This record gives sequence, structure tokens and C-alpha cells, in this order.
Amino acid sequence: MKARVFVTLKPSVFDPQGQTIADALHSMGYAGVGDVRQGKYFELELASASADQARALAAEVADKLLANPVIESYRVEIV
Amino acid sequence: MSTKFSIIVFPGSNCDHDAYHAVKHVLGQDAEFVWHKETTLKGADVVILPGGFSHGDYLRTGAIARFSPVMTAVSDFARSGGPVLGICNGFQILCEAGLLPGAMLRNRDLKFHCEHVHIRVEQTATVFTCRASKGQVLRIPIAHGEGNYYAQPDVVSELETSGRVIFRYCDPDGQITDAANPNGALNSIAGICSPQRNVVGLMPHPERACEAALGSADGLVLFESVLSALSSQGAVASVAHNG
Repeated sequence: MKARVFVTLKPSVFDPQGQTIADALHSMGYAGVGDVRQGKYFELELASASADQARALAAEVADKLLANPVIESYRVEIV
Repeated sequence: MSTKFSIIVFPGSNCDHDAYHAVKHVLGQDAEFVWHKETTLKGADVVILPGGFSHGDYLRTGAIARFSPVMTAVSDFARSGGPVLGICNGFQILCEAGLLPGAMLRNRDLKFHCEHVHIRVEQTATVFTCRASKGQVLRIPIAHGEGNYYAQPDVVSELETSGRVIFRYCDPDGQITDAANPNGALNSIAGICSPQRNVVGLMPHPERACEAALGSADGLVLFESVLSALSSQGAVASVAHNG
């Protein structure tokens, strides 16, 4: 079973990389692009019997290592 | 009797030898490297987590190093009141390990800053600043891409009210200005301490500013402070023992 984990900075945390990307897009003429937030994407291969177990395991490793709860939040998808 | 400094070496540490040189050759103390796979601190009186790029800064700075076997011993040492100094990447590791609050974001201008900066000593009630004076301005180098200190507003407020912001970026006259803040750190925070005040983390490199030949000897005061604090603690312990 596979999990996808998306880690992003919390909305309250300034994202200088996202801001720089947004500025670049605006200077390229993409006026229709608003705010940009940069994040991280992980694919995990999991030896779990069920989607619920896989979700719990992915959330555990995200809590412990993949995301820093001080500045980041995450979302898990099971595929 | 000399004081024993244990300098933790992670894969990718690159200021471990700078710290060793400052402690051993400039201060004449006992210094030993401790590989991150070790489970003891080899009789440390003081622990230094040096600067560098542990595990290549993969994932987040310090995120993987905090799970090294030696960190259990470092945490135990810190919780029992032992002096721990985290410099640059060492500060980032202490934050990831939860021994200090907060986290580092990318520098606000996305640039790696390698330059001398000025920092102001905000508090002298720590083992690493007890020989400094409040308001003293130190000229010390920085070298980091992720030193933009961040914590939730309630955490920053608690740090401020409990006097745990130890160093702030300032101009040469000691004024706190936005222009003198190299990375965008909240409240110009350059260094903080733990609630017990024995764990100190800072982004600047005092170990690279211990000799006039290196452009500044202002960093010495941190090491002299801990030596002074330990010798007076030893005197108190010895009096207590004799009494």
C-alpha cells in the first residue's frame, strides 16, 4: 500500500520561497496567479493490511519526522 | 583541573574542529569528539553541538540528527542541568529535539549569509553569558541559510517575559534595527536558552571568534562564562561537601 504525504508551512508562517516564486510568476505576466505556497511531497511504501492502518502509520511518521509541528502541517492520502 | 568539553560529531558537522580548537588550544581545556552513534558523552562537563550540515540538511536542518543515538545522552545531560551549547546547526538540532522551543525558517532573502554580524547580550543569567555584561555588543560571524527563528506568538512572548532571549542581532552601537537583522528572525532573536537556563542555542559562531587573528575574540566570553560557572558550582559543591 502507498501513502502520499503533503507537508506545507502553516498559513501563519511566512514562506519566502513561495513568495519569490509568486513574484517571478507575476513578473512573467501571470497576473492570474495569486499566493504561492511551497511544500514537500513524500511517497511511502507501507506494509499495512488496511487503508486505516496505512493512514495511521503515515500520520505517525509524519508527526515524528516528516513534518515539524512548530511550522508545518501535513495531509495524508492512501492510494 | 581542566573542564571536559564533549563535541558531538554528526555526519556533515563541519565546525567540530573549530570548537575543538577554541576549547583545547585557545582555552587550554580538555576536549574530545563524540561520534553521533555513541551512547555516552565520555564524562562531559560541557556538551557542544557544533555547526555544519548534519545529514546534508536533508528534510529539515537538524531533523535527522535529533534521532542519533547520542541525542538520548545529550537530552539526559541537559535535563539534569548540564551545560549544552548548540551553535548554528547545533541550535537547529536542539530545536528539532525539543530541548529548545521554535524552529528555523529559510532566511527571508533566501540567501546564505556568511559575514560578521553584531549581537547584543540580553541576559547574563545563563552559564554561557555569566561573564558578559548586559547590553554588551559582540562581533561574531554567522554562516547559515536557515537562521530565521520562528515560534508561535505565545511561545515568543513566553521567551521574552521569562528572559530567555539571550542574544539579539543589533547594529555596531547595540541598536536593534531591521537592517541589522540578517535573516528575518522574530524579534531579532539570535540565541535563546531553556527554562532551566543551562541549554543555550545561537546561530552565530562564537568558536570562530576566539582569537584576534581571526578578526574577533568576542566569542571567548561564552566559553569563559561556562568555565567560570562550573568552577563556582564546584566551589559551592565542595563547600557543601565539607560542611
